[in-house]
Amino acid sequence: MIEALQFEFMQNALVAGILVSIACGIVGTFVVINRIVFISGAIAHAAYGGIGIGYFFQFNPVLGALVFSVFSALGMGWLQRKFKERADTIIGVMWSIGMAIGIILIDLTPGYKTDLMGYLFGSILTVSKDSLGIIFILDILIVLLAMLFYEEILAISFDETFAIIRNLPVEAIYLGLMAAVALTIVMLMQVVGLIMVIALLTIPAAISGQYVKNIKLMIIFSSLLGSIFTTIGLALSYRFNLTSGATIILVAGITYLISLGWKPIFLKFQDNTPHPKDNLGKKN
Amino acid sequence: MTQVLSEVISVRHLWAGYEGENILEDINLSVRELDFVGIIGPNGGGKTTLIKVLLGLIEPQQGEVKVFGKSVQKGRKYLGYVPQFVECDRAFPITVWDVVKMGRLGKSSPQKDNEKVTEALGQVEILDLKDKRIGELSGGQRQRVYIARALATEPKLLILDEPTASIDPQVKSNIYSLLKRLNEFMTIIIISHDIGAISSYIKTVGCLNRRFHYHQGKSINLNLLERLYQCPVDLVKSL
Repeated sequence: MIEALQFEFMQNALVAGILVSIACGIVGTFVVINRIVFISGAIAHAAYGGIGIGYFFQFNPVLGALVFSVFSALGMGWLQRKFKERADTIIGVMWSIGMAIGIILIDLTPGYKTDLMGYLFGSILTVSKDSLGIIFILDILIVLLAMLFYEEILAISFDETFAIIRNLPVEAIYLGLMAAVALTIVMLMQVVGLIMVIALLTIPAAISGQYVKNIKLMIIFSSLLGSIFTTIGLALSYRFNLTSGATIILVAGITYLISLGWKPIFLKFQDNTPHPKDNLGKKN
Repeated sequence: MTQVLSEVISVRHLWAGYEGENILEDINLSVRELDFVGIIGPNGGGKTTLIKVLLGLIEPQQGEVKVFGKSVQKGRKYLGYVPQFVECDRAFPITVWDVVKMGRLGKSSPQKDNEKVTEALGQVEILDLKDKRIGELSGGQRQRVYIARALATEPKLLILDEPTASIDPQVKSNIYSLLKRLNEFMTIIIISHDIGAISSYIKTVGCLNRRFHYHQGKSINLNLLERLYQCPVDLVKSL
């Protein structure tokens, strides 16, 4: 097992897994607490349109996906703000249109398409030093944005009305979050593929959200869990010669299901501590 | 009593509603400093709509609204708002301290922030709960958290939307006495359909059922209430 680490592609894969887990921990936390899992899934699938544009116009498909998904994220985010609950149908349509554009453009591109499956199902084992560089820069960007706007994002996530009354630029913060989701999705795409991005984005946050009492801890635990999932998934896929992206997702998904079952037991244990201020009112 | 207290809220001929439907019709309202206004009225009568207009969450269709002599967008920074309930808060991983600290958004110094948050938590007597997760609290405790958050904004006027809905009577009267203490240095507007409970705390009562009936003092009578609710009212006693 350990001898696998002497291969450069394994080292790269391991580093890529940990780097994307950091972005995932941050952005995934805000996706989960803002309940924008659906729209994030839509952004992920629509990103395929960007891949197609990259192939057709012969530039790096990752770059195509990056630009395309940022714009589709902003568009979907704007629709979501404008139409609220009624926006889900149109967002679903945009999701499909994005994918369809990608498929048609790839059809129209002559020649054999290398790596195409990698974008759909992930190719962590072929992550190059260059891609690692891009992932690293995006990571720093997301960490910086999260640190700068932590209080603001937290405020709009918890109680948007209050944030509006305090004159926060709620729209701008929300769209900024959407752009961060898009960036994270493109990073994740290289690890687990577009189809399964949403699982790795949300599972670590969904697990840690059940046990922590503030968002900072949720982010830290999510990042750690993400790193653990990608590392274990990578090891298992190497050992049993399985598709790495799918193995990572299964490790994460099974852990999530176990944690859902375990949570009632955990909460029961916690409930043994009484809330001393339950009778607060009677004091006055 | 020759001193004239300044006007903090001024509403002139306000019409407002949603998508063409009028909910508020020709509302005139003037709230002076240090008043304690209770706004009562039936469900659907426009109480929450009026609050939304005052907070700048919906635009009036007609009329003029001034908050501390300024437009709503500029004046609302002086308003401390306590919502009816905050959706999705129970499962949200956040501590009492962090919720109250949101009241400090847009203000600068971290040192003063901590001071003000501590002070606000002290005023509502829940400083010892500061590290609790919001979901662990009882309804009354959570209501205090939102009052503390509003106080942390250093408001000149506190607006509360049904602050005691779904809270047991004992805790309810405690929240009212807390508001009475705050009213010594702060104007308060409270929305409620719980006429009996608020009557002994408020100074002015307004009845809202699309149209607004305003009463300096508590000289509200059964006749008026019946007209307002458009059905016999026999619950009103202590007014």
